[in-house]
Amino acid sequence: MASAALTPAPAPAPAPAPDARTVAHPPRERTSSWPLVDRVCYWLCWATGIGLCVIALAIVLFMLVKGIAYLRPSLFVESPAPSLHQSQSGGFRDPIVGTLVVTAIGTAIAAPMGVALAAWLSEYRRPAWLARSVESAVEMLAGVPSIVLAIFGLLVFSQGFLAFLSQGAAQGSLGESFFNAGIVMSLLALPLIVGATHEALAQVPDRLREASYALGKTRVTTIRSVLLPAIRPSIASGVVLGMGRIIGDTAIVTILLGATLKNEPVGHTPLLGALRGTGSTLTSYVYNNSPAGEGNAHEKAYAAAFVLLMIVLALNALVTRLSNGERPAGERGRALRALRLWPLGR
Amino acid sequence: MFGGAQQQPGARTGARSDQRAERTLGALAVTVLVLIALMAVTVLIKAWPSFSYNGLSWFGSGGDVDTQLRLMREGTPVGGHGLLYFRAWPLVWGTLLTTLLAVLLGLVISTLAAVFLTEFAPAPVRRVLDPVIRLLAAVPSVIYGLIGILALAPWINQHLISNARKQSVIYVVQLNGANLATATLILTVMILPIMVAISASALTAVPGAWREGSAALGVNRWRTIWRISLRTAWPAIAAATVLATARALGEAVMLAMVSGGRGFAANPLDGLTFLFEPVRPLAATIFQESEGLTIGPVAHTIYAMGAVLLVSATMLSLAGWAVKQPLKRYGIRA
Repeated sequence: MASAALTPAPAPAPAPAPDARTVAHPPRERTSSWPLVDRVCYWLCWATGIGLCVIALAIVLFMLVKGIAYLRPSLFVESPAPSLHQSQSGGFRDPIVGTLVVTAIGTAIAAPMGVALAAWLSEYRRPAWLARSVESAVEMLAGVPSIVLAIFGLLVFSQGFLAFLSQGAAQGSLGESFFNAGIVMSLLALPLIVGATHEALAQVPDRLREASYALGKTRVTTIRSVLLPAIRPSIASGVVLGMGRIIGDTAIVTILLGATLKNEPVGHTPLLGALRGTGSTLTSYVYNNSPAGEGNAHEKAYAAAFVLLMIVLALNALVTRLSNGERPAGERGRALRALRLWPLGR
Repeated sequence: MFGGAQQQPGARTGARSDQRAERTLGALAVTVLVLIALMAVTVLIKAWPSFSYNGLSWFGSGGDVDTQLRLMREGTPVGGHGLLYFRAWPLVWGTLLTTLLAVLLGLVISTLAAVFLTEFAPAPVRRVLDPVIRLLAAVPSVIYGLIGILALAPWINQHLISNARKQSVIYVVQLNGANLATATLILTVMILPIMVAISASALTAVPGAWREGSAALGVNRWRTIWRISLRTAWPAIAAATVLATARALGEAVMLAMVSGGRGFAANPLDGLTFLFEPVRPLAATIFQESEGLTIGPVAHTIYAMGAVLLVSATMLSLAGWAVKQPLKRYGIRA
């Protein structure tokens, strides 16, 4: 179907190549002959384009200036301390650890699940009605506000039989722990990973599958050793996008991790205790230290926000590199594919 | 022929492992489906007491929401009513206002930006604009909130709101930099990237021959874009709008920081002052009231707000799906 719709497009292209090029990309825009309204619109287009660049530049520069002004190396190694004075309220070691832990748990759950789900959606999809409803459910999940996911998580994890994941109902806890926050965070990343993988699998040429089947390989072997390796960059960029969303989320942290001052382990088991305990991440640290939170230590908030922004920008650059390496295409196509920020339905 | 005997058992175990894999993956798919259905059901069940007590008046106006929530926390019912008494209109109105204003503003800006990106921008500018849009999409909402509350709000408070304006409504509400205008502006920046991305990819997918045909008739570039490209790509632009609406609706943290944090129904009859009145949308309210989740009636009320958001988000994703359908006719994937 899709190929039938696409074939007419390239067919006339080779013959009038020079003409088509001049029409599609005229050497220079001459707007002097245009009616006034059209010229105004033309300049408005330029203004919005430049305006977006200015906004982004302003955000980055502002955070850079503030970040450099308030960032001290000691902030990375000190734990937050309860103090009204900003010089004594410690650093953000615990929130950084918290961010890493939550992201690790969320990604560890979402990545295999998302890839498996996408593989099923793309390669098996039997029965068809189930596939379609799973597809729309995942799409719906992408649209659910994270605050709603958070209160849903709280509802689930405050049930007695899941109490082992947190401090447990014995202490009057509502089900706040690294485990719980990480598990709900995985729901946040899942649609991104499913979308990226599904889209990439749909673009793998059928001859790859046919070649594999011709060698007597089963579908599951084909998926494992032919298809998934072929789309590794797409999977990676989906996973990194998911990580970005997990790192940037505040609502789930506040509600399911407690957003406490320090990471507080439960009991004395080294690792498990910490994961069952409450804590904070960089986002909740920024919120709590902003005028909206209780801390009101804006120097700390700026410094932490700067670190957070740098992490997010690094991930962003990684996604760009991954998706540029995906496959060569026309310049225009590549530029715009890089704009695919979310797997936006098909 | 030859080797068939050896291959047969191997093929059969292969087929069996394939079946097993299909069943495992299918089970996973069912689990995810059940989980998502469970989410909708549990949130609705938990929200039910609040809806059943208040009926449709839940959405109506009546009294101060903040007082209602405080009394609910303290366990003292509002005079003459039960503990679950709640009238959410100021919050609903705040949600509608911030979302609609931001989406309308975003629709205009993103369409212009997408046209610029796909049609007018010279290659070097485009190379800058792509990462810029991705950057705007990647900034976490808490950073937008921080910039809003520490930089934009004080500026608006000092330069845009005159003392006379503050005095004029002093008996109703206190004006400061955290208000509807600040919230809407930042929300617009937050939803722009997704709108630009979808609109731009749809504009690129418009068949070149259509635009060339128009150009060959002597129609200028802008008219061509307006009559051909935008008209072809409108379902994608509509889909982008729907998606952006869902995001704006669910934004909690940034709005909790910069929208003023008061359950106040900003009044459009106040003229320009209206833009500087505080609001507090539903999602921000859930975020700020989340400490009350241990208290029964407050929890029911908060889950009711969550249910409203969940239902709206679901309906929006349905609408997004429906609105994208005409695109398939052109073979455009958006």
